[in-house]
Amino acid sequence: MEIKNGLKTEQLSVGYEKKVLLSGVELEVRGGSVLTLIGPNGSGKSTILKTLTRQLESLGGRILFLEKDGSAQTDAGKETWRSMEEMTGAEIAKKLAMVMTQRPAAELMTCREMVATGRYPYVGMLGILGKEDWQKVDEAMHIMNAEEVADQSFYAISDGQRQRVMLARALCQEPKVLVLDEPTSYLDLRHKLDILESIRRLAKEKGIAVITSLHELDLAMKVSDWIACVDGDRVARQGTPEEIFSGDYVQKLYGVDPECFNPMTGALYLKAGKAQPKIFVIGGGGVGIPTYYKLLREGIPFAAGILFENDLEMDAARACASQVVSAEAFTPIDAKALERARKLIDECETVICPLKTFGPLNEANKALKEYAKNCGKLENVVE
Amino acid sequence: MRRIIFFVAAAVALAVLILWNMWSGSHSMTGREIWQVLTGQVTEGAGYQILWNVRLPRICAAFFLGGALAVSGFLLQTFFGNPIAGPYVLGISSGAKLVVALTMIFFLGKGIHLKSYGLMAAAFVGSLMAMGFVLLVSLRVQKASLLIVCGIMIGYVCSAVTDLLVTFADDSNIVNLHNWSMGSFSGMQWANVGFMAWMVILTCVITFLLSKPMGAYQLGEAYARNVGVNVKALRIAMILLSSLLSACVTAFAGPISFVGIAVPHLVKLCTKTAKPLILIPGCFLGGAVVTLFCDGIARCAFAPTEVSISSVTAVFLAPVVIVMMLRKKEAKS
Repeated sequence: MEIKNGLKTEQLSVGYEKKVLLSGVELEVRGGSVLTLIGPNGSGKSTILKTLTRQLESLGGRILFLEKDGSAQTDAGKETWRSMEEMTGAEIAKKLAMVMTQRPAAELMTCREMVATGRYPYVGMLGILGKEDWQKVDEAMHIMNAEEVADQSFYAISDGQRQRVMLARALCQEPKVLVLDEPTSYLDLRHKLDILESIRRLAKEKGIAVITSLHELDLAMKVSDWIACVDGDRVARQGTPEEIFSGDYVQKLYGVDPECFNPMTGALYLKAGKAQPKIFVIGGGGVGIPTYYKLLREGIPFAAGILFENDLEMDAARACASQVVSAEAFTPIDAKALERARKLIDECETVICPLKTFGPLNEANKALKEYAKNCGKLENVVE
Repeated sequence: MRRIIFFVAAAVALAVLILWNMWSGSHSMTGREIWQVLTGQVTEGAGYQILWNVRLPRICAAFFLGGALAVSGFLLQTFFGNPIAGPYVLGISSGAKLVVALTMIFFLGKGIHLKSYGLMAAAFVGSLMAMGFVLLVSLRVQKASLLIVCGIMIGYVCSAVTDLLVTFADDSNIVNLHNWSMGSFSGMQWANVGFMAWMVILTCVITFLLSKPMGAYQLGEAYARNVGVNVKALRIAMILLSSLLSACVTAFAGPISFVGIAVPHLVKLCTKTAKPLILIPGCFLGGAVVTLFCDGIARCAFAPTEVSISSVTAVFLAPVVIVMMLRKKEAKS
């Protein structure tokens, strides 16, 4: 697919009422790919998007649209960009469409009529749609799977359907660049997936350059080609999802404890205080997680072990338990770890063992269970 | 289909009301008499005088000014995105009244009796001043509901100052002001009608030509700007047009309540749409019908005594506004 669309910013300053919030914003997105802004609440994601869509005045710098990507023979590999300032409102309307979090007012409007408002830049003086325009409206609704609500009132449909209608509206504006502010907010699981899948499809099939902002980091990682982290006064870091989500950068961006979020799985954990453990949990492979959460909720400090470093429940244990006894993965548990675990059991009042079976690499945990039983500390798990 | 029925029904109602207004009154006329006057076969006599110089100009005024009121109300409701906006609500009528009172007292003090044109000019200036003030506030306050509250407050302040002036003005001629401030279509002359017709037609045509950007504006400012509407220019145009229309009405007929608020709602209910392309002509027609109806009642209900038009519009249209609001709330929840 030929990529002719694109948008970039050069040293853009954005903010409210002449007060600069973020400066030096340098973003670029090409047709067919998705750029996602992430960052905590109030960090300026929406401010950037509102400046791109001209709801806020740019406070410096430039916003540019790609005119020629240099692939044609005559261009000799040179790209041409055109500044938004030089373009009229009508020209920009044919290049950039948007779906914002703020819902449009739609008194007495059906969904089809709402989608039709996207044809505004293309219709005549009185705004009457021609046959071709209506075809494009229906096509957009078809692509977004919004046909079944076509004749329903825009106010009467669910948030998920409304988002689909709004995307169809943006689509029939035939944009080169699509700006979406938190498109998955308020949506349930199914509609989140549905909308994100549609966004990727629009980017790939229609060659649209998509700029969006997301709060769901796990989804951002999956849907984005490029991620920009906004931290309140600048775009602090940009890169591919692989780059951004390695290490504990994202946790720092949001100001949370590194143990509370796993950037690879996107899982969130509540963190417990690290008091002297009262209970020892012998877990592994995920069976211990419900016990961890239960103890966390009840506010009982506990220790967990012996877990292999790559265990599924390692993250949960690290966040919830006061102490974790770990062992190297894929190797039999060494004596030192076993010794440490025994010591902890000595200090604890009870031992819980949700683990049912013990493999050959896991003999140590079996021994641990026996040890606890002999101490009279093993709590019977109701079968 | 629904919309065609509405327009046909409105046109029929309009024709019937015009006939009724020509026929009824303290001097009843036969159909033949009316026909002869209209076709120019009779050009003198009491019947001619009453129909040609009293009733017809009044009918024309009610037609144009009623339409203007409703279109002005629609413009204001669209501008503020608020269903209770209207020229009366936003203090425009009260502003006009204040300036009329001021000019009257000023000139009476100098021993000059103002002609009707003077009153009209004063009302015009007053409407534009009140509107200008509301606009000024709207630049600072973005929230529409606050703006409405401001408008209502401006209205109260203007009324209070007017009352104060009237209380301390000693001339009994101030009774003129009272008559004017009740709102009435009586005493219309062809010269006035010609002026207002041009004014209203021109303003309404320009409004109609703005229906495309207004439709986008209804979705909200952000979406309007995104599809290429020059929002600033549109807002100025809308406020100017609605001021011109309501100033025109206030200047010629005094403050008339409720037509501006209620008619757009009624038309929306009948046509099941809020599209400016349909609503602007719809409101004009609807406003004309409602105003002709109310003026007819004002004239005939207690003939030969005339009631003020605002009393009639309030009785018929205030319940409409209340019912609309309740229905709307139900539909949303």
